[in-house]
Amino acid sequence: MTTLATRVLPGLPAGFGGGKLIMRNYLVYRRNWIVFATGFLEPVFYLFSIGIGVAALVDEFVMPNGQVVEYTAFVAPALLAASAMNGAIFDSTFNIFFRLKYIKLYDAMLATPLRPWDIASGEIGWALIRGGIYSGAFLAVMTAMGLTGSWWAVLALPATLLIGYAFAGVGMALTTFMRSWQDFEFVQLTILPMFLFSATFYPLHAYPAALQWIVEITPLYRAVVLCRELVTGALTWGSVVSVAYLVAMGSAGLYLASRRLSRLLLT
Amino acid sequence: MTAASPPTAASAPAPAGRTGTLGLALRQFDYWLTVYRRTWKGSAVSSFVMPLLYLTAMGVGLGGFIDDPDAIERLGGLTYLEYIAPGLLAATVMQNAVFESTYPVMSGIKWNKVFVAMLNTPVVVPALLLANFGYIAFRMTTIAGVFIVVTAVFGLVPSVWAGLLGLLVAVLIGLAHATPVVALSGRLENDAGFAIVFRLGVMPMFLFSGAFFPVSQLPAVFEWLAYVTPLWHGVELTRMLTTGTLEAGMAAVHTGYLLLWLMTGWWLAIKTFSRRLVQ
Amino acid sequence: MVVSRFVPGRKRVGPGIESLTVTFGDRGALIRARGLVKRYGDFEAVRGIDLDVPSGEAFGFLGPNGAGKSSAMRMIACVSPTSSGELTVLGLDPLADGSAIRARIGVCPQEDQLDVELTVRENLTVYGRYFGLSRAECRSRADELLDFVQLTDKANAKVESLSGGMKRRLTIARSLINQPDLLLLDEPTTGLDPQARHLLWDKLFRLRQQGVTLVLTTHYMDEAEQLCDRLVVMNDGRIVAEGSPTALIAQYSTREVTELRFGVGHHEQLGGKVADLAERIEVLPDRLLLYTDDGERATSEVAARGLRPDSVLVRRSTLEDVFLRLTGRSLVD
Repeated sequence: MTTLATRVLPGLPAGFGGGKLIMRNYLVYRRNWIVFATGFLEPVFYLFSIGIGVAALVDEFVMPNGQVVEYTAFVAPALLAASAMNGAIFDSTFNIFFRLKYIKLYDAMLATPLRPWDIASGEIGWALIRGGIYSGAFLAVMTAMGLTGSWWAVLALPATLLIGYAFAGVGMALTTFMRSWQDFEFVQLTILPMFLFSATFYPLHAYPAALQWIVEITPLYRAVVLCRELVTGALTWGSVVSVAYLVAMGSAGLYLASRRLSRLLLT
Repeated sequence: MTAASPPTAASAPAPAGRTGTLGLALRQFDYWLTVYRRTWKGSAVSSFVMPLLYLTAMGVGLGGFIDDPDAIERLGGLTYLEYIAPGLLAATVMQNAVFESTYPVMSGIKWNKVFVAMLNTPVVVPALLLANFGYIAFRMTTIAGVFIVVTAVFGLVPSVWAGLLGLLVAVLIGLAHATPVVALSGRLENDAGFAIVFRLGVMPMFLFSGAFFPVSQLPAVFEWLAYVTPLWHGVELTRMLTTGTLEAGMAAVHTGYLLLWLMTGWWLAIKTFSRRLVQ
Repeated sequence: MVVSRFVPGRKRVGPGIESLTVTFGDRGALIRARGLVKRYGDFEAVRGIDLDVPSGEAFGFLGPNGAGKSSAMRMIACVSPTSSGELTVLGLDPLADGSAIRARIGVCPQEDQLDVELTVRENLTVYGRYFGLSRAECRSRADELLDFVQLTDKANAKVESLSGGMKRRLTIARSLINQPDLLLLDEPTTGLDPQARHLLWDKLFRLRQQGVTLVLTTHYMDEAEQLCDRLVVMNDGRIVAEGSPTALIAQYSTREVTELRFGVGHHEQLGGKVADLAERIEVLPDRLLLYTDDGERATSEVAARGLRPDSVLVRRSTLEDVFLRLTGRSLVD
């Protein structure tokens, strides 16, 4: 018998109730499979656009360890990281807000033995599964285009899951504070500059030194560094920093999201 | 008359009967004004800030790495910033126009049903669409206006005339994309279709219609595909204006092609709306 | 009074408007239909109906879901072209003069269709503009109407925050902004609580008193009895009965009904034993209905035959009895 106390406390999951939520999301998407299938196209289009178009205009770049990479090979891992972020943010903000405020999905779920923890972990689990499939497909495209320079690239897939975990956790926590769709402009306002300025399209040294450290502390920069180093095989200690950073970010987000959902839904 | 009774008949009958389409469209002015007042802040980032961020990141940031003579020649002797500024203007207008033609239109038909309510009044379908397109034209004017003023400050607009014509062209580009998408929105049963519109229509157009690099770099098939898109014509026309290379013959072709999309879309929109809402 | 707004043959000449002669057919009917048909593809929603609604009447369409009421209403509201047959509304042809007709009718649709992101007051003022009213006129009418539907203190609230009943009242207020000669209400009280329904009935009753012609659809029989001078019962796209509520009861039912409840499962076999006590009986799983002009007498006869029902209820016949007799008890949709 589930008492209110065990439902309120995030605690440790006694069994993974989130699986039911993942199942539900899967059923919804199965009906809209074309929406799911086309979801991974955005980064691929960007990659083609860069590879066919912009790369012809830009010379190679030199990585921090001295390795020289073609422009497309330089941008591709950054697009991998950015699309992992975009997907996780989309799933954890727009989708969750819609379910929370409009279709009252979670109210209905909490009328069953499911707990807020199950909802938070289930939604993030779903975001990771979806993101993982997209990242895997994107990595395959990259490999086919000859853009993966090392066996370390295999680890880029778990890296994107970690990126998804970090952004989905924080995204979901922030969503619980949102009042209306207007607030999503702030999400846009955070995501877009990160996408454009986190050394995604050109190296960090393009910025004046004063700006460089601001870029370096953004989560997407950490994600981009991690993916770029793994895919090109030009590994440094920077990647270890990135992993620690992203783990901490996701865990803090998930904990806060679960706490906030308890407060919002079980009052 | 007691306080709690409805207004009795006014002595003069309400103006009714054969008001023209334009007159009926103007009656919706207050509606669209309230909509704008309520939504402009919510779309300020995507309308005003986003294009400038792209311009800074790509034009200034990436542009700093595009300096060898071969690349400059590919860009027709322009710096990368000069090259993508008009491209981004056209592409941003396209994106926003398509957005205005999707979810808000479906809401008017299906969710909020504002359009359905309007048609219970003397408003008719062509007047409803005229007002909606008028609103989209206004939105595009504000978006392009901000972009043109900011880029002019950085010396990317050669003259006031180029700026003003650029504004006009932006409205044309916006409507050339808006009218067919509004017609499509009038047919769709749910918003899942919009994901396809954005992912398979807007996104590839944004990236491959000559805004970021010359379409001649594309494989032949895709190059021709780019020529078919209205956006490529919009990008070229805008670039002619901002780089002071206006050439009458090609400008007429681009304008005519955009007008063709605009008129066809408008005609289709009247058809689909009539079929959907007056049946 | 409002009734005098309709003078047959009067010329309406507004600024910049061609003269529009309003002529009415026989008896000055605001709505006149002959053999009216609405088809959607192969499906015939309305299968040839005749109607005459005179000025000042409160007229009702009754019928189960899918009977064709809403389709008929949409044709009258000039938002749905007729498939065949004749229809004139306010003496005009909906196909040719839809816009001019809509200028003079008020429509309260089945779903509210309010702009939920605007305020209560904005919903009225913006809507008034569609009729070509000046802003000042829209404002003053909006205030009067908000008062009329008791929403003045909600004037600046977003529609989102209103209860169902409030939204309905706002929709009715909105349909009155052009001071219509004819008000069309499609299921005006569906989904409302009893308080909200009674408040709405009161408002509609006042409008009727002022001479506004009301045409409404409903599947609440008490609503039809309360509000309508005359009504038609529609079933399967056709009109199956027509008359005032009392006339319909007299024609299709008896004065009273005796409802007898026995233990579950007994009703079938007991039906035969009391069949001769009433004009008509109906056997339902949970009770026996005896349609008779004297319910008390039927009750004592039942007792005299040694039958001991668990409960007895004698009531007056209602439109509901008429309705169920004409359209059957089985679910339509």
